[in-house]
Amino acid sequence: MSTLAMHASDGLLNAPTSLATGAVAVLGVAVALVRARTDLDDRTAPLAGLVAAFVFAVQMLNFPVLPGVSGHLLGGALAAILVGPWVGALCVSVVLVVQALLFADGGLTALGVNIINMALLGTAAGYLVAVALRSVATRSRAGLLGVAFVAAFVNTVVASAGFVVEYALGGQGAVSLGGFAAALLGVHALIGIGEGVLTALTVGAVASVRPDLVYLLRDRTAAREVTS
Amino acid sequence: MSSRVSRRGLLFAAVAVAVALLLAGVVSYFASGNPDGLDHVTARGCTEVGGALHGSCPAQHAREHALAGSPLADYAVDGDDGFLGVAGILGVLATLLIAGGLFWLLRARSGSRGGQGRRDRS
Repeated sequence: MSTLAMHASDGLLNAPTSLATGAVAVLGVAVALVRARTDLDDRTAPLAGLVAAFVFAVQMLNFPVLPGVSGHLLGGALAAILVGPWVGALCVSVVLVVQALLFADGGLTALGVNIINMALLGTAAGYLVAVALRSVATRSRAGLLGVAFVAAFVNTVVASAGFVVEYALGGQGAVSLGGFAAALLGVHALIGIGEGVLTALTVGAVASVRPDLVYLLRDRTAAREVTS
Repeated sequence: MSSRVSRRGLLFAAVAVAVALLLAGVVSYFASGNPDGLDHVTARGCTEVGGALHGSCPAQHAREHALAGSPLADYAVDGDDGFLGVAGILGVLATLLIAGGLFWLLRARSGSRGGQGRRDRS
């Protein structure tokens, strides 16, 4: 049974698209590996490991969105708000690799699209939204929760839009693309609400005990002085 | 272990790990077993017979996972999905180990023991 398969499987996309997306994913992860270094120190490195483990755990918790349909956290916006966009992208990438290799969840040839959509596109979109709304997030607790919610919602919808584009480029099934896009984006708008709630709850919990560990709330200039 | 890791930090880490283990090990049993949004939409138009899709839908050529026979495939232990929680706990620990190890190696080293490798640009 494939009831707990949560990500794109093998055979959805043709071989050239799988290869190309694999190459793009490798490139994206390589850039994240280089850029993540400046955001990692003795204090934040262990936290980032915890964030990855937490995203893995919460991804297992499928919640109902429609009769017969569930959704689960993707985690990119959550990770980016807590540990920054580059480290956040790596957190989600590690989760996806562990799921594909250890739990046969998410196809091996589909690892490229899964990393592009959930670890790179979703994380980037969520982080950009969070940064654009940073003045709201730093103003009050309600502001922070609201920004976390919106960033996570956008993260989910953008990740699903990424799959629509990839399927348009190299999908192997018989389908009208317009209907497919509408259905996929529609259901992920619902999942995005769940993603928003889970992200706001988690960011809120961390911010209430250790606000200094929330990347989005950190004073960047001060943080840089300490690490250099 | 770095001396900078405070007691407060250790407490935070312990609580975070405990929450993750509880979610993956126990709460996971209460998760919805229905296909997720992607699986649902890509399988629309097909009917599932014995785990394989028949008919025409976006996922009509989807193949079984290459590692479907591995011990923890589908978050079960040797095919027994009663062990979902055990699989979840192993997954949390594996992710923690791999991600934590990766980030620990990647971190910009500070202080006097940063002699290995090149100096950080910042």
